[in-house]
Amino acid sequence: MKALLLRDLRLAIRAGGGFGLGLAFFLIVVVLVPFGVGPNADLLSIIAPGILWVAALLAALLSLDRIFALDFEDGSLGLLATSPLPLESVSVIKALAHWITTGLPLCFAAPVLGFLLHLSPDAYAYLILSLLIGTPGLSMIGTFGAALTVGLRRGGLLLSLLVLPLYVPTLIMGADAVRRGADGMAATTPLMLLGVITLGSIAVLPFATAAALRVNLR
Amino acid sequence: MSLWEYANPKKFMDWTAPVLPWVAGSAALCLSVGLIWGFFFTPDDFRQGSTVKIIYLHVPAALMAINAWLMMLVASLIWLVRRHHVSALAAKAAAPVGITMTLIALATGALWGSPIWGTYWEWDPRLTSFLILFLFYLGYMALWSAIEDPDTAADLTSILCLVGSIFAILSRYAAQFWSQGLHQGASLSLDKEKNVSDVFWQPLVITMIGFGLLFLALVLLRTRTEIRMRRIKALHARARRA
Repeated sequence: MKALLLRDLRLAIRAGGGFGLGLAFFLIVVVLVPFGVGPNADLLSIIAPGILWVAALLAALLSLDRIFALDFEDGSLGLLATSPLPLESVSVIKALAHWITTGLPLCFAAPVLGFLLHLSPDAYAYLILSLLIGTPGLSMIGTFGAALTVGLRRGGLLLSLLVLPLYVPTLIMGADAVRRGADGMAATTPLMLLGVITLGSIAVLPFATAAALRVNLR
Repeated sequence: MSLWEYANPKKFMDWTAPVLPWVAGSAALCLSVGLIWGFFFTPDDFRQGSTVKIIYLHVPAALMAINAWLMMLVASLIWLVRRHHVSALAAKAAAPVGITMTLIALATGALWGSPIWGTYWEWDPRLTSFLILFLFYLGYMALWSAIEDPDTAADLTSILCLVGSIFAILSRYAAQFWSQGLHQGASLSLDKEKNVSDVFWQPLVITMIGFGLLFLALVLLRTRTEIRMRRIKALHARARRA
């Protein structure tokens, strides 16, 4: 398992662009918003929690189709399927690798961008915390979507259509936690519910992911 | 003799052929009786006027929009467990009907909301849940049409339907958490004391039965079409090989 994780991380870093691409995309989306809505600081600080979460979600989406596509094309996914490691574990490892390369950097970049959007100072802790809790769930859900569309020639667009509705509960809870933090309210409830979604996804979705992979490898 | 024998495509075609006209006929009967009764022979509401009558389209369509997904879920489970092809095809056939019902519910709700709430759209939990349900239908249908091999498509869409159901329910409760509601609560239930008045209630139940039968008729018809298309494909394949 460790070997697979290290292999995926190395591939992501060395394949060029994979590691920083999601981060750069996150940066650009957030920077584009003020151009769209105007430089009004009050307005920006109101919408900042939502913008940061939506941008994080899109950045996580961007690299999803890489999770299985390359392994599927060169046949290493077939080898992984016949290896003693169950496909359920493989999918968890893939999701973990995706999270380390995309979700984790986002958690640390988000406060800097929150600064650009005049995010209320009280909200930074909640922003980092909610992203840390929520993004593993995003990676797991995305891995499931990637497994569904891995056999398709042009699955990228379809993948976003399938995955984005599944992201709705995570987005609601995540952005709500940050908004409550910004308003100085207690944000424990949305954070705990966010944890429920993430942990539930990690508990259930590996089985669905592995089932989809088996169908696609048939 | 077990229930599952009717899942054989040949048997399915045999028993649906005589049943279908009856289902379609009673759907037409229920809908015309319910709608004419509802539209012309019920009093206007003292506050909403005649706009209240949109309930005869809105409520049954919303009911069927949810139940269509439920039926797809059951059919997907049957396909995954017992691998009856008719079941997978029935799930495929139900999706476009379900999405149409969702759209009818959203559109009639918007038309009613405009004079009564003063807005076509509000980010209310119920409205939002329906919009998300619409997106789920869209993704499901897109996945069906994207995959060429029918068995692979049936497997993957069934998995998506299972996972989607979980997340659809999650989204519903998340949306409730996220925004306060504008939509009224249920006014038609078996276990509550206060229900909508009888004059509105009776035609509504008839239109609900009518929509249910209409859904059944459309799904049977579309499943029969899917089976015939499958047969044509098989015949073509055989002709090419010969």
